[in-house]
Amino acid sequence: MSISGKACIAGVYEHPARKAPDKSVAQIHAESARGALADAGLSPADVDGYFCAGDAPGLGALSIVEYMGLRVRHVDTTETGGSSYLIHVSHAAQAIAMGKCEVALVTLGGRPRSEGRSGAKARDWGPNLPDAPFEAPYGPLTLNQYAMVAMRHRHEFGTTPEQLAWIKVAASQHAQHNPDAMLRDAVTVEDVLSSPMVADPLHRLDCCVVSDGGGAVIVTRPEIAAGLKRPIVRVRGAGEAPKGLNGGRIDLTTSGAARSGAAAFEEAGVTPADIKYASIYDSFTITVLIQLEDLGFCAKGEGGRFVADGNLISGVGRLPFNTDGGGLCNNHPANRGGMTKVIEAVRQLRGEAHPEVQVPNCDLALAQGTGGSLGTRHGSATLILERG
Amino acid sequence: MTTPYEDRILPAPAMNPGDEPYFEAAAAGKLVIKQCTDCGEHHFYPRSLCPFCLSAETKWVESTGRGVIHTYSITRRAGPAPYAIAFVTLEEGVSMMTNIVDCDLDAIRIGQRVRVVFKPTDGDVVVPCFAPE
Repeated sequence: MSISGKACIAGVYEHPARKAPDKSVAQIHAESARGALADAGLSPADVDGYFCAGDAPGLGALSIVEYMGLRVRHVDTTETGGSSYLIHVSHAAQAIAMGKCEVALVTLGGRPRSEGRSGAKARDWGPNLPDAPFEAPYGPLTLNQYAMVAMRHRHEFGTTPEQLAWIKVAASQHAQHNPDAMLRDAVTVEDVLSSPMVADPLHRLDCCVVSDGGGAVIVTRPEIAAGLKRPIVRVRGAGEAPKGLNGGRIDLTTSGAARSGAAAFEEAGVTPADIKYASIYDSFTITVLIQLEDLGFCAKGEGGRFVADGNLISGVGRLPFNTDGGGLCNNHPANRGGMTKVIEAVRQLRGEAHPEVQVPNCDLALAQGTGGSLGTRHGSATLILERG
Repeated sequence: MTTPYEDRILPAPAMNPGDEPYFEAAAAGKLVIKQCTDCGEHHFYPRSLCPFCLSAETKWVESTGRGVIHTYSITRRAGPAPYAIAFVTLEEGVSMMTNIVDCDLDAIRIGQRVRVVFKPTDGDVVVPCFAPE
């Protein structure tokens, strides 16, 4: 059984807040839900499935369902870090295909900027971690774990700092058209290389922003989507894959995207060459490069050459990516960028991206997320979406 | 450019039941890892059950304490002193997260041979780090 064509994304909303010290996290979830329902033309009473991840406070789905006054018959709190929301869209499509719900709401919200949490500080994943006694003493941060991946990629394939910088340059070219983006100035390769080295070989401008904010997505049955006023966006394929250190037989230059991407392409019955637009998780520039390789947009080790010279810039290169400015320039709400990857892919398929970055005749898009850390353990999720 | 190694305060590990022999060995100046007595594979980090075959028959074995740097990064702006986090691949074939110490951090290279040394934490245990041979 496949989910291909069995569910549609009927509503999306990106919370405009980038710093929200006066809003509660539950409030950001609810404001995002309200925005996505309004976008779809649905009401809270229509929602019968609810999906959230670890950013939801308290008892997660139970707390937020109660806060919003929803009455649902299906919940899913799959937690795979920043990739959770792509998996939620896939799981919502599965639940819809099985008749477990027909209007699924996925929400995200968080305030790491107001709360002073970032990838340059140690994360607290709670007690009883089996790995922590053997890792935490050494000062692992999100930042230096990804830096170790970049260092190894450079060693194996000769990937240069200039090539990584092109990823940031492309994101900034797009962000200058997004009035909500945190960083709206177009930058050059030289700007990236002259920004402070934070964890070799990553410079400050190789890193995503830290922002408050949130977002929401509505997934529903095709029959319901057809009765709404918004353009149809179909879920064509999905894949998910956790990957870790494999008992000490490590392979840091390949991500879970190799497996999640292959599964998604197979389910959708398409190839990387068919994709007109790609949202690629961009916690760091190296994150983008490795996922592009693993998804098959280029061969392993060729990522540096693939991203160089503007190849990811809309209207310039072969594969327009992250036309909202991505995590590198726009936002990274709750330190989790998967939701915004879905949202911008939907905008592109609807033809509702900013005119300066809209991909002409964008009928097939990919959204790719990672969560956790490529340097230790992470979840990868791939979605392939099609204009209806 | 040189970035001299500086001692910093390492946080003591939050041990789980079953981890004690690893840190007792470290206190005695030895690095131990786990080996499965069913499938024969070494693994890291140490578990009670083998991550390759899920056998419950795992034993502690002493590592030679020698290996090569698989990858590393110098964290320059997230604390009072720069430090080198790394993965080191031991001669037994498994890789472990660690810090590279007692050297010019800017001279660290992938493929460099290293040997285990032990550094204190803010608790009553020491943890294995690695220094160039």
